[in-house]
Amino acid sequence: MSARRLAKVQPASFEFSKETMEKAQWWIKKYPESRRQSAVIPVLWLVQKQEGWVSEPAIRAIAELLGMAYIRVLEVATFYTMFMLEPVGKVALIQVCGTTQCMLRGSQDLMRVCKEKIGPKDKLSADGRFTWQEVECIGACSNAPVAQINDLYYEDLTPENMAQIIDDFAAGKTPKAGSYCGRHNAAPVGGAKVLLDPALYDGSAAKKIKKLPNSEPKKADA
Amino acid sequence: MIGILEDKDRIFTNLYGLHDWGLEGAKKRGAWNATKDMLDLGRDWIIDNVKASGLRGRGGAGFSTGLKWSFMPKEVTDRPHYLVINADESEPATCKDREIMRHDPQLLIEGALIASFAMQAHACYIYLRGEYILERERMEAAVKQAYEAKLIGDNNVHGWDFHVYIHHGAGAYICGEETALLESLEGKKGQPRLKPPFPAGAGLYGCPTTVNNVESIAVVGTILRRGADWFASFGRPNNTGTKLMSLAGHVNTPCVVEEAMSIPLRQLIEDHGGGVRGGWGNLKAIIPGGASCPVITREQAEVALMDFDSMREHRSSLGTAGVTVMDESTDIVRAIARISYFFKHESCGQCTPCREGTGWMWRVLERMAIGDADPSEIDLLLDVAGQVEGHTICALGDAAAWPVQGLIRHFRHEIEDRINTYRNSRANFAGHTIAAE
Repeated sequence: MSARRLAKVQPASFEFSKETMEKAQWWIKKYPESRRQSAVIPVLWLVQKQEGWVSEPAIRAIAELLGMAYIRVLEVATFYTMFMLEPVGKVALIQVCGTTQCMLRGSQDLMRVCKEKIGPKDKLSADGRFTWQEVECIGACSNAPVAQINDLYYEDLTPENMAQIIDDFAAGKTPKAGSYCGRHNAAPVGGAKVLLDPALYDGSAAKKIKKLPNSEPKKADA
Repeated sequence: MIGILEDKDRIFTNLYGLHDWGLEGAKKRGAWNATKDMLDLGRDWIIDNVKASGLRGRGGAGFSTGLKWSFMPKEVTDRPHYLVINADESEPATCKDREIMRHDPQLLIEGALIASFAMQAHACYIYLRGEYILERERMEAAVKQAYEAKLIGDNNVHGWDFHVYIHHGAGAYICGEETALLESLEGKKGQPRLKPPFPAGAGLYGCPTTVNNVESIAVVGTILRRGADWFASFGRPNNTGTKLMSLAGHVNTPCVVEEAMSIPLRQLIEDHGGGVRGGWGNLKAIIPGGASCPVITREQAEVALMDFDSMREHRSSLGTAGVTVMDESTDIVRAIARISYFFKHESCGQCTPCREGTGWMWRVLERMAIGDADPSEIDLLLDVAGQVEGHTICALGDAAAWPVQGLIRHFRHEIEDRINTYRNSRANFAGHTIAAE
C-alpha cells in the first residue's frame, strides 16, 4: 500500500463553487436518500476539478455536505491515489504508466523525457505549471506506452512525442489525445483486420426477430 | 482467414469505434432487438439460457454467470435487489471493457436490463475506474439516450422499471474485487469484506447484490438473440463462447480483438498481433491473462489454447485474456519485479501477509534483478510467496504470489546466473545480505 499524507501548507478555507455544488447534488441524487456517503468519491473528484487538488478544509466541507465524520472522508481521500493531496501543475498533470506492459514498450524513456523537461517526479515544477508522476496500470495496455494528461489518454507514445506534447502544453496549446502512431483506437497498426463484413452495418441485424431461439413454450413462468 | 471467428459471429461489432456509438447506430447493428420478447419469456428462461450458453465470468475468475444469477433470492422481501457492474478494469494487460464502454455502450445497458430483470433488480450501478473519464462521459451519454428512448427508466417500453447509475472510483486496483467495490460504492475505503455473507445475501447497502464484469453483461443480449447453442458452439466444452482478447508487449501489432475461446495462443499472436517482434523464435515468455497469471514459456505457448482449462494445465490462468508477450530482449526478473511493485502499491493494507509480503517480495526481486542476493533467498522467496497465497481475505495476496512463483518455476536459472555474475564481478564478496528489511 502507499502511505499518503495531507500537505503541510493548507489554505485557510474552502468554498464550493456554484457549479461544483450543482454537480455534487446531481451525484447525491443517484443514491438512496439515506446513502449520501456513496457520493464521496465523485464529490472529492469535483472538488479536485475545482481547486486542482484536495485540501484539508475541502475535506471538512465535504464531510459536512454528506453528513459524514471528517475522518471517514479523510481516509477515502488518502486511500485513493487519484486524489492529489498537494497542488499539482496548473497546465498539465502528466501521469505516465510505469507498469510492466508499458515498461516493455519503453515507458522509462517517456519518464526520462519528463524528468529532463519538468524535473523530479511527484514535484511541482519550478514555475508551478507542470507535475509528472509514475502511475500504475491505467488500462490501455494494447496502446502502450500510455500517459494520462489531465483527463485524457495519450497512447502509443515515443520519447519524441512526449517531448512535443510537453512543449505544446507549455506553449498554451492542447495537443490531441489518443494514439500517436496513426492507428485507430485499439485496432492494429495498418488498419483493422476484422469487422470488415459490410453486412454487419447494413441494418440487417435490426430486422425484426420473429421468434427467439430456444423459445418453444416449455413452461409458463415469470 | 485471420483467426477463427468469422465477422458474422462477432458480438462487439464496433470494437474499434469506426461506427456510430450512439443509440441509432447500435440499434442498426442489432442492439435492443427483441429485448422485450426476452423479458416476456420470463426470468427462468433467461437464466436457463445463459447457463446453457456456458458463459463464464469474463472478469478473470471464470465462474458460471447463469449460476451466479441463480444465487439471488427468489423473492424480493423488504430489501431491494441490485445489479452492480464491475467496470474497474485495472489488471495490467487488460483493456477490453474500455472498448465496450466507449464504442458499444448500448450492448452493456441492454445486458444490464436483461440481467436485472432476471434477478428482479430495479437498479444497476456501473462502477468505472476513475481514470476512465472519457469512457464515463460516453456511458453517461449512452444512458441518457436510453432513458430518452424509454428503453430504461420508469414505465419504459420493456415493462420493467429500471434505472442505471454510473459511478466511479479514483485509482485503486483493489476495487475490482467485488466486495471492495461495494465498500467503495458505499463511500468507504476499498477494503474487501469477509465472506460469507456473500453479496447475493448481503451486498450493496446490505441488500442482495450480484456483481458482474462488463463483458459478461454486455454479451447477454446477443446470446439470447442468437441462441445459447450458437454461443456454445465456439470453443471447447466448459470453455465456450467468444471473448475479447488483448495483446500487449512485444508483438508487432498490439490490439484488442474478439475471438473464439480456445483459439491456439500462437495463432492469436500471429494472426492478430502480427507475430512476436523478431519472429516466434525470439519469444521468451508470455503472461496469458492479466499480470497476476504466472508466466509460461515459449514451449508452453506453442501448444496452449486460450481457455480456462488449457491455461490451468500449464499452471497459469486465462484471467481476462489480456496477453503480455515478452521477447528475448526482456529482462524477465525486472519485468516480474515491476509486477510485484504493482501489487505492493495496490495492496489495501488490511491483511498482514499481503501488506507486508508484497513489499518484501518486491524488495527481494529488485535485488535479484541486479544479482545482489544469496542463492538460498530464491527458496526463501518461494516460501514467502506460499505464505502470502491463500492467507488473505481477498485474492490480491494470491495474485501477488503467482507471478513470483511462475518466475521461479521457469526462470530460476536466470536468477542464479545473475547472482553468480554479480558475485564474480566483485573481488571481495563479503557474504550474503539479509533479505528482510
